[in-house]
Amino acid sequence: MSSAPVAVQPLPQGGVARMVGRRARDWIPAILVLVLTLGVWQGGVKAFHVKRFLLPAPSAIWTAFTNNQHALWREGWFTFQEALGGFAIGCGAAVLLAMVVARWRPLGNALMPYAIAANAVPIIAFAPITNAWFNPLTKSSKMAVAAVLCFFPVFVNVVRGLTSVKPQQLELMRSYAVGQLAVFRLVRIPTSLPFLFTSLKVASVLAMIGAIIGEYFGGSLDSLGANIKQDAALFQFEKAWAEILVACILGIGFYLAVALAERLATRWQPPGGFQSE
Amino acid sequence: MTVVAINGVSKQFKGGTVALRDIDLEIEPGEFVSLIGPSGCGKSTLLRIVGDLIQPSEGRVTVNGKPARKAREDHDYGIVFQDAVLYDWRTVSKNIALPLELAGTPRQERQAKVEQMLELVELQGFGDHHPWQLSGGMQQRVSIARALSFDPALLLMDEPFGALDEMTRERLNMELLKIWAETGSTIVFVTHSISEAVFLSTRVAVMSARPGRISNVIPIDLPQPRGEATREDPHFFELVTDVREALHGSHEQVPS
Ligand SMILES: Nc1ncnc2c1ncn2[C@@H]1O[C@H](COP(=O)(O)OP(=O)(O)OP(=O)(O)O)[C@@H](O)[C@H]1O
Ligand SMILES: [Mg+2]
Repeated sequence: MSSAPVAVQPLPQGGVARMVGRRARDWIPAILVLVLTLGVWQGGVKAFHVKRFLLPAPSAIWTAFTNNQHALWREGWFTFQEALGGFAIGCGAAVLLAMVVARWRPLGNALMPYAIAANAVPIIAFAPITNAWFNPLTKSSKMAVAAVLCFFPVFVNVVRGLTSVKPQQLELMRSYAVGQLAVFRLVRIPTSLPFLFTSLKVASVLAMIGAIIGEYFGGSLDSLGANIKQDAALFQFEKAWAEILVACILGIGFYLAVALAERLATRWQPPGGFQSE
Repeated sequence: MTVVAINGVSKQFKGGTVALRDIDLEIEPGEFVSLIGPSGCGKSTLLRIVGDLIQPSEGRVTVNGKPARKAREDHDYGIVFQDAVLYDWRTVSKNIALPLELAGTPRQERQAKVEQMLELVELQGFGDHHPWQLSGGMQQRVSIARALSFDPALLLMDEPFGALDEMTRERLNMELLKIWAETGSTIVFVTHSISEAVFLSTRVAVMSARPGRISNVIPIDLPQPRGEATREDPHFFELVTDVREALHGSHEQVPS
């Protein structure tokens, strides 16, 4: 048996193109649902004469979207920068603290209850306060909200990843007499990567939500959140919905970018990860 | 100088399990010593203590005349665990190269050694695969290749061939004997196979269970080098019988 290499699964070939190709087929049901929803929505609004402040027809939203494209994308970019900044700060701080906590367990035991308590603070209550801390017209105040939202899931997951190393893998490292730092580099960090990316995907969505919530409590009119609030007050519901659409597109784009980074950084995993086997 | 000296070693785990009691064993340079005994008698535990991966509750272990800890820090031994223990994110080649990488061996030398090792365990062409793409026996062969890659003077092997088919096992037995003869290394080898223990070893230590003790040490005075002829030698069968009887004896002593 040993001389003929048999009975092994082939290496996944073709990388990203293959992945997108396979995904395209997986997406067909979802696209069908989207088309169906839009059809029912459009038909329903027309048939029952739904008031436009309740729900504008998709076609009306689309018109508002195309007519205001330039302004919408500018607002979107402004908000996206806040989200990105908050994401970077929140996730960066979470990863650093998680590494410290994983290295010095007693510190973790001391800090963990407060991390959990901090997570229970309703973010809506926090947003007006960051506006008081920073100039509400700057991006910093919104980044703070996004950062706080991103922090917790990343922190918890990375701590779990760094500490869920298989004992035997550590034992082998011990037999090589390598230091703590090398164990981090060679074993703990690679083990934690799937955990990290799972949480980064959650955080990417939370960052957009955080930025927009921050903007609701007062912010530059260059931003999506402030404009959604204002347009709704001015009965420009189609434009408000078009702004929501932009927020969705950016949020999804952000999520997909993180998902792609995940696939690239954890190529060693079987496609779909170990859990789904 | 004695390579491994185990003096009065006992091990009681936190839960209260007494895994080993009063183990004494001295292993001289160039010896090939097999540990054989019923499941749970403490063979893996003893190997871990020699490797300074866990501490004995009593007694002391010296390796190359140094405390076990110092020997571990000096990379005096290579170990093959009962499970393959591969790093999932490293390819087969990179798993094998790990000890060389840690020792700072230059890349080219490393690659050459890895190729040689892949050939030895008949995994040519699998260098770029990841562990999850290999069968259990193939994974075990990777971990054997990894332990051999840096030519350690002392090899601790815990049922290294347990997951392999008979043919591969016999071939790797021969390869291991060849490496042992060429490098003059010392090997401590755990196995459940009586014939494998007799075929490979210069001495077989028979262990009994609960608490784990060494009940017999049987010198294997078969001529070197061992080969196909060894397996047909009448004395080989006598020694297999000796070990079997010693094992049965050790089983009967178990109270429960
Ligand atoms: N980390 C541990 N904590 C508590 N008890 C342990 C631990 N490791 C092993 N033991 C106990 O010590 C005893 C010896 O275990 P060990 O793994 O050394 O046996 P073994 O001879 O290698 O068995 P096998 O042939 O099945 O591999 C067993 O009773 C086991 O339950
Ligand atoms: Mg064992």
